[in-house]
Amino acid sequence: MSEIKTSMNLDPYERNWIIISIVLAVIFAIIIAVAGFAYGIQVPSPEQRVDPRTVALEGPWADPGLRELAPGKYDAYILAQTWSFVPREMTVPVGAEVTFYITSKDVQHGLKLQDTNLNVQVVPGQVSKLTITFDEPGDYDYICTEYCGAAHAVMFGTLHVEE
Amino acid sequence: MSTPNYEVSQADKKFIGLHLLFATASLFVGILFGPLQALEHSGLDLYPYIKPIFQSYYQGLTIHGVLNALVWTTFFITGFLTLVVIFGLKRDLRYPKLNRVGFWVMVVGLVTTAVPILLDEATVLYTFYPPLKAHWAFYAGLTLIVVGSWIEGYGFFFTFAAWRKENPGVRSPLMALMAVITMAMWQIATLGIAVEILTMLLPWSLGLIEGTDPQLARTYFWFTGHPLVYFWLLPAYISWYAMLPKQVGGKLFSDALARTAFWLFFLLSTPLGFHHQFVDPGIPAGWKFLHAMLTYSVFIPSMLTAFTVIASLERAAKKTHGGKGLLSWIRVLPWGDPSVSAQLLAGILFFFGGVGGLTNASYNVNLVLHNTAWVPGHFHLTVASAATLSFWGISYWLIPYLTGKELKHKKLASWANWIWFVGMIIFSNAMHVVGLLGAPRRTPLGLAPYIPEEWNGHLLRVGIGGSIMFIGACFYFYVVARTAWAKKYEPANVEIPAAESVHDPQQTPEWLDKWVPWIIATVALIIIAYGPQLVDQIANISLNSPGGKFW
Ligand code: HEM
Ligand SMILES: [Cu+2]
Repeated sequence: MSEIKTSMNLDPYERNWIIISIVLAVIFAIIIAVAGFAYGIQVPSPEQRVDPRTVALEGPWADPGLRELAPGKYDAYILAQTWSFVPREMTVPVGAEVTFYITSKDVQHGLKLQDTNLNVQVVPGQVSKLTITFDEPGDYDYICTEYCGAAHAVMFGTLHVEE
Repeated sequence: MSTPNYEVSQADKKFIGLHLLFATASLFVGILFGPLQALEHSGLDLYPYIKPIFQSYYQGLTIHGVLNALVWTTFFITGFLTLVVIFGLKRDLRYPKLNRVGFWVMVVGLVTTAVPILLDEATVLYTFYPPLKAHWAFYAGLTLIVVGSWIEGYGFFFTFAAWRKENPGVRSPLMALMAVITMAMWQIATLGIAVEILTMLLPWSLGLIEGTDPQLARTYFWFTGHPLVYFWLLPAYISWYAMLPKQVGGKLFSDALARTAFWLFFLLSTPLGFHHQFVDPGIPAGWKFLHAMLTYSVFIPSMLTAFTVIASLERAAKKTHGGKGLLSWIRVLPWGDPSVSAQLLAGILFFFGGVGGLTNASYNVNLVLHNTAWVPGHFHLTVASAATLSFWGISYWLIPYLTGKELKHKKLASWANWIWFVGMIIFSNAMHVVGLLGAPRRTPLGLAPYIPEEWNGHLLRVGIGGSIMFIGACFYFYVVARTAWAKKYEPANVEIPAAESVHDPQQTPEWLDKWVPWIIATVALIIIAYGPQLVDQIANISLNSPGGKFW
């Protein structure tokens, strides 16, 4: 039995296919990497830990909403809770650069600001932070994208970007 | 070597059949909610009519996810792999009682999970993210299902080891090796939810600890959640590699590459779970990026699979059926055999699923898609098509083999496949598109106050496609029920389709038949990809999320 010569028995087409597959995988990876860095695509990273039991009582989420840091520069603190976002509405001028700080005081939620790259998981105890610049006027809904209980489907808010 | 017409013992046939019974019954109940969800998206809310029994869309969705994605798959897979191990090795189970114990633990687990779900005490969806708090029995039951599947896995390992002892120097039979690799991958992968449930969710739901750490729970969950996808797919691949070539009258194109692909899946399935957590706040961007890159490596065994399976089909079409041309050989394949058409259609749908998967996995495009309807659009092509439709195809010969009764209504079975296929194309396309437009998943959109006009046409197609799929599913259940409960015996002369490979497997290099190096590499890669983050997240654990029942 041991006299049989072992081999992968690769067919030439097979060999080429494997090479193409590896090259393609590397190309995809490079595209993603380059696009990520070149366009400054951000995903949330650990920002700070909070205590979900007290976050609505003290600190910035006790009084959530917009803070103007400098002309056209804002921080937006959003508190997610069953089944609403606080604040429910916000207004910023066109061109505003807004850094969002989002957390939850009860269960997990999601926040997706329609037509932008802001789409984060909102996890109790964590703060989801992302910065978006608004160049187009309009009304942008932020909707809850994670199941959070009975009235999940009606949980949303609106950001007005005005001329 | 062994006798070619080896027969699985009557007792084992019954045992495997019991798996299929529980699997199919679960799928039947799980699928009932599919059209309700799809029609709800189209604006036709049927939930008031089931209100006396089922309280909400979300309770239905929990049933749909748990029964379809967790129960149907796990029961079908453990049953099918039992057959594959026994028949592949041409040997009885080493410890048949051990496998029986595993199975009944799964059944007890299923009942324990089902009761709180049906009582609306566990409406937490099949991902059960804390701090939505289900009744403790829900978590206990899920644990038992997993533990039962482990025990059945141990039964396979002992059987495989016994065979190796009895057959020194012989390459292990391909299909048995694949089955055992699948179960070994499952053992490693499920450690995530085992730790999540046992150290956090169960003590919390029992009132022993005050709260949970939802971020750490997500990390544990997705440690299991991604390889779970491969647990669904690999059994379908076993059929595509080791059985389908025979069913179309051909041979497996490459034994060595089939083994390579399975080992690569074993190696690469687990250390990429963060690609489900790209937008989680508690995981550093750098680690997400690493997992995104690792995710692309799975592209390679997937491409190997595509090549070998398609090459086997083409070879059969040309050698056996006189097929010609670059693509027109596809037409001469035996489409009339419902088992074949189910698997070919599953493969076609999976192609689209694979393309979508590449998109999901990209670190940046995911920002647009995360938690939108795109995602269920995607996995109805994978788990609900590549896996489920292939399992249907397998059952068209497996049920006759186990019961000795001819498959009834073969035409209807073919229709079931095609109707599912057509419905799925409409459904999943609409879900992908409306997801790209921003529609969230896990949401009864009929109630949502923020739906723009432009979604409506697509949401209508969700309902239409979903209803068509449901008709296909009804045909399937009718065919298998009629077959299994046929009164008249028309003894079936069914053989298990076991494909030979073009080259003698004995020529396959020995490193493709060795466990230790692959296990070491797999564990090492997991430690590299997960170790530092797990240590960090566990060291900083805060169990301060009490949560509760919010439904
Ligand atoms: C007639 C057939 C089916 C229809 C019409 C259907 C429809 C749907 C719809 C519309 C959703 C999305 C609900 C939402 O996000 O709000 C969904 C979710 C889901 N479906 Fe299906 N489905 C069917 C069959 C299946 C099958 C066969 C499987 C798996 C084997 C499956 C697995 C799932 C899973 C895992 C979810 C996600 C549940 C969650 O988000 O928690 N479905 N289905
Ligand atoms: Cu919410």
